[in-house]
Amino acid sequence: MTDLIERPELPDETPERALDDAVRHDSLWRIRWTLFKRSFQGNWKLFKQNKVGIAGLVIIGMWGILAILPTVFFATGYWTNSVYNPVTGLERNPPTVTVTLVAEKTDPLTEIDLRDLILDQRIPQDLQIGESFDRPLQPAPPDSRHWLGTDPLGRDIMSQLMHGARAAFGLGFIAATVTVLIATFVGSVSAYFGGALDSFFMRLADLLIMIPALAVLIVLGAIIRFELWHLALVIGLLGGFGGTAIVLKSQALAVKVKPFIDAARVAGGSHSHIIFNHLVPNVMPLSFLYMMFTVTAAIQSEATLSFLGLLNVKTSWGLMINLANTEGYLLQGGTYWWLVFPAGLAVTLLAAAFFLVGRAMDEVINPRLRRR
Amino acid sequence: MARYFTRRLIQMVVLFLVFITLTWFLLYALPGDIVAQKFAGNPNLPPEARQIAIDRLGLDKPLHVQFADYMINFFQGDLGRSFNQYPREVTSIIGERLPRTIVLFLTALVTYYWAGFIAGKYLAWRRGKRGEMAITVGGVGLFTVFYPWFALVMIWLFAAQLGWLPISKFLDPGEWRQAPFAANEVFMRLFWTVAITSALLFTAQIVAGKLRDIRMARLARFGGTAAVIAGFIYYWWVLPAGVEMRVYAGDIAEHLLLPVGVLTAVNFAGIMLLTRSSMLETMSEDFILTARAKGLSEKAVRDKHAARTALLPVTTSLVLAVATVLDGGIITETVFSWPGMGEILVTSVVSEDIPVAVAAFSFIGVLALVGHFVVDMLYGVLDPRIRVSGSS
Repeated sequence: MTDLIERPELPDETPERALDDAVRHDSLWRIRWTLFKRSFQGNWKLFKQNKVGIAGLVIIGMWGILAILPTVFFATGYWTNSVYNPVTGLERNPPTVTVTLVAEKTDPLTEIDLRDLILDQRIPQDLQIGESFDRPLQPAPPDSRHWLGTDPLGRDIMSQLMHGARAAFGLGFIAATVTVLIATFVGSVSAYFGGALDSFFMRLADLLIMIPALAVLIVLGAIIRFELWHLALVIGLLGGFGGTAIVLKSQALAVKVKPFIDAARVAGGSHSHIIFNHLVPNVMPLSFLYMMFTVTAAIQSEATLSFLGLLNVKTSWGLMINLANTEGYLLQGGTYWWLVFPAGLAVTLLAAAFFLVGRAMDEVINPRLRRR
Repeated sequence: MARYFTRRLIQMVVLFLVFITLTWFLLYALPGDIVAQKFAGNPNLPPEARQIAIDRLGLDKPLHVQFADYMINFFQGDLGRSFNQYPREVTSIIGERLPRTIVLFLTALVTYYWAGFIAGKYLAWRRGKRGEMAITVGGVGLFTVFYPWFALVMIWLFAAQLGWLPISKFLDPGEWRQAPFAANEVFMRLFWTVAITSALLFTAQIVAGKLRDIRMARLARFGGTAAVIAGFIYYWWVLPAGVEMRVYAGDIAEHLLLPVGVLTAVNFAGIMLLTRSSMLETMSEDFILTARAKGLSEKAVRDKHAARTALLPVTTSLVLAVATVLDGGIITETVFSWPGMGEILVTSVVSEDIPVAVAAFSFIGVLALVGHFVVDMLYGVLDPRIRVSGSS
């Protein structure tokens, strides 16, 4: 069929040329790949113009590196498991402060020996007035061994932060994938078929967006001992059958009335062929966008639930804040900044980064938002 | 409108029935559930005590009978008794806490919606100017900030460090030791006066907007506002009933400031960003060009032509925001120890107080449903297109 039409020769090494070649040689996957590459290049050019989106990508990349680093550190022996394990690690030689005993040892009124009341067993029993001793300091401020100090249990904050990043990425990825798979399918199917199926899914979505998600997660946390992936799955299901499905359905409705769908039907395409080969690929860009927003929501829900102590996880950013809060360091703010700020800022930064990337993608997909 | 109203009402009732059924089956009826673990299957209880618990809670009856019993009791207003505060009825706990949550929820919703809309309007209008980037980044930062942590940092800053506002809780127990009033009595009085004042202020604005004559409109706007505020002051500062309660009401109001402020700070950015994109879309429409060409002032174009059209998608988002604010309310109440529904939900779930948990969860659901319903109705009033399609 290539001989039938006279074509002008296109210059080498351009996507147009590649597409042209592909069409000539009639290989479907090559056409698709070239089309994908071309649209990706075009979108990337648009995405690059948005500084905020790039900032988001940089932050995500930074956390990605931080999530991988512990593996490198443990493998090279730079970190030892007994000290730097985020759950069981313990700094055995913390810095010390010199404490001098200045007060009476017994309370003059009740004659109770005050040293019995001191919970810290590390204070020697035979200490006299005026004598001083070295008390181990935990939580310890940052030094060369612990870049962000240690927590009240003597564990390294930096290591916990990095492992927390790993948990956040895993959770976000699972939740976003589940959401988008379900929402794309539900949205396309209910837009394509309409009728009772559509009403059922849309009423379900109405129900799900009405109920506060956190309340549902809290109640579910009472029944199941939530693991991380349970949570990811539940967030994915709630989002996938809920709000995201409605948005993707409205997009699918807009695609459904395009002429190429009619063309596909006239050409004898089956329902599943039209849905998966024509409807879904055109809904995909919006799906990617909602993946980003789902990741933001998932990271925050996880941190909130583990902050409330309803999640069965070993390390997470929410848990770090929970510990700082229950041990009473949070309201001392500035003094113990390494307990208060790293974990809270970590959640905020990563969630914000995904949100910013989502917004930048929104501008790529939705031309009306672009600066003109 | 009436048909739309009835249809939505029926939908709401059906949704609520589905919701409460699911809740009941999840919390009471799953095999090996908490109630069974606590009583029927608890080997630490003596057999007689276990038998009594089974009889009282009806655990030996078939599931559908248990469910029917629960539903009948629920609609007769009997939600059972709390496990942890034993003889106390769940309804009395809910009755005490529901108004407190509603106040927090409504105040925050109104404040942040209003703040977000105003901020978004200016942001879109000043597009490309300096400060836009800073406000956007700040807004997104607040929008995605890890909420419980942010609330705690705010407590540290405003309560512990600066000492301007109380740290947490609903009131200051020291001040209330000699109080001749019950806290709820004062609270309800405060609630009603503020509610009536806001309603009157809103009415004054509406009336002023309807008036054709500019001088009359101005009189209605400023005179009405001044009169309503004067009435509020008269009640609390002059009337004897108000004066003697004022100290205590002030204490409660002071405790309300920080939670509402934090809730507003976190939520307003979402509305702001949405208003901004909605405004940007509206501003590229032809009628804005026409308005400018007519020689209207920038302020009139912005407020009367662009902002009013841009309000519609924002109102739709308010429908979705109802659930978000309730979510935020749960965290706020927990962090600030504000004794409302969210706090009791978390506490009862953690301490396995199932009757209270079911009741709190259903009432949060009711709050969400009613909130959605009201906003839907509001949207119908605001957007004639929806009104027409709904009534046909």
